[in-house]
Amino acid sequence: MTTTITTPNAPLVAATTYVSRSHAVAARELAGEMMIMSATDSTLFSLNEAATLIWNAADGKTSLRDIVENKICPEFDIDLETAYRDAESLVSNLASLGILHLASEPTLAKS
Amino acid sequence: MSLITDLNRKALDRGVPLSVHLDVTYRCNERCEHCYLEHDGDGEMSTAEIKSALDQLAAAGVFFLTLSGGEPLIRPDIFEIIEYARSLCFNVKLKTNAILIREREARRLRELNVEQVQISVYSHRAQVHDGISKVPGSLDRTIRGIRLLKAHGLKVTIANVLMKGNLDDAEGVRQLAKEIGAHYTLDPTITPMMNGDSSLLALRITSDSLRTVFTDSTLVGNVEEFCAPPNAIDEDTLEGYPCSAGHTAAYVSPWGDVYPCVQFPLTCGNVREQNFADIWKNSPQFHEVRSIRGKHLTTCNSCSHLGSCTRCPGLAWMEGNMRGPSTADCEKSFIRTNIPTANMLKRGYTDAQAFSVSHDTLPQPQLRGASRSLIQIQPAR
Repeated sequence: MTTTITTPNAPLVAATTYVSRSHAVAARELAGEMMIMSATDSTLFSLNEAATLIWNAADGKTSLRDIVENKICPEFDIDLETAYRDAESLVSNLASLGILHLASEPTLAKS
Repeated sequence: MSLITDLNRKALDRGVPLSVHLDVTYRCNERCEHCYLEHDGDGEMSTAEIKSALDQLAAAGVFFLTLSGGEPLIRPDIFEIIEYARSLCFNVKLKTNAILIREREARRLRELNVEQVQISVYSHRAQVHDGISKVPGSLDRTIRGIRLLKAHGLKVTIANVLMKGNLDDAEGVRQLAKEIGAHYTLDPTITPMMNGDSSLLALRITSDSLRTVFTDSTLVGNVEEFCAPPNAIDEDTLEGYPCSAGHTAAYVSPWGDVYPCVQFPLTCGNVREQNFADIWKNSPQFHEVRSIRGKHLTTCNSCSHLGSCTRCPGLAWMEGNMRGPSTADCEKSFIRTNIPTANMLKRGYTDAQAFSVSHDTLPQPQLRGASRSLIQIQPAR
């Protein structure tokens, strides 16, 4: 079960979080940034380069920490904890918008 | 700048075909009197060929995919095609007459997360709608399909093509859309057939009727703004592109032919013989279309309407010159502002009544009502 903690100084998502892309969106990369449109309400989003790396790695089988450690930190020269806090905030936001799913166990992407 | 404008700008700068309209068939179960297609067509791509085409489109960067026809649901493999398109993460919009949509079809479209379904309704009265579609009972079946789609939570747009035969029913269709909870668009666009036959143009509403449409605030918004005189031509206008066709948008026919737009049937290649990206980047036809700026347009480059005219390069091409005026749009600019166009003056215009005025299109709404919500994390560089 995923636990979401909303107090400001605590993690926003579970200690070990797996992220997967929703099937209810359209997505295409343009100039290094990901365009995402929700089929539910036609809202259009754009992810910057770092967020796009997380989106592309969100296979439901790789933990968020592994994604940050192996995809974000080498690319952006940022320390793991700072990057992880930013990533937690991002995936929490995307999950609240229904375009990303969070789980405490590895999973396949949900529709 | 809105996010959709920003995306279009990036796509334009990078030569990415952001939007493609793919007709999967020209066959249809209606025979609408204003239809620009020859329903026999040149044949259709197989399921495997369409999947290959979709692979090519995705690799080229296409994001917005409109599946249409003909009637797309006439193909028994249509859901396999949509499912494949969705697996490639296209934003899929479907254009259909909804006659074949029953419970199972509506549920499947919802499951596949089709973003939007557009359906033509010509009148709220069966006598008028069925008279245009030439299929008795078609209005009832179409409305039943729309209600099922809405019941499953799909976004539906009712497109009301306006012509002489249904001119008085626009308000009725708008009320019907409101009752169902569908979006409503009105479009007085009647184009020549793809084979060049212009006999359909006789169905266009008269200039007086179009003037009434253009001064209806429920249709055009701020009438004063919509009908305002054009701004002076500036350098940006002269260096600007006429429209998105061939720049960020393209069309693929059921047989795989690639055009700049469904209204611009200039064959640039065929995806059954050549990769779409190769056609998009290298076809001489696309290069020619892209080379045209406002300053290159004959007659139009000296027209005061150049910056605000809805000139369609496809209609101009069908008139014989892709750099020339689109007469229907010239006339529309005149009706809107009461200021003669350069093309009208060149043709010897003396007064409004002496000029045979027809029209073509209303300005189309934004691609979709996208709201900006920029999600990002800030890496420390």
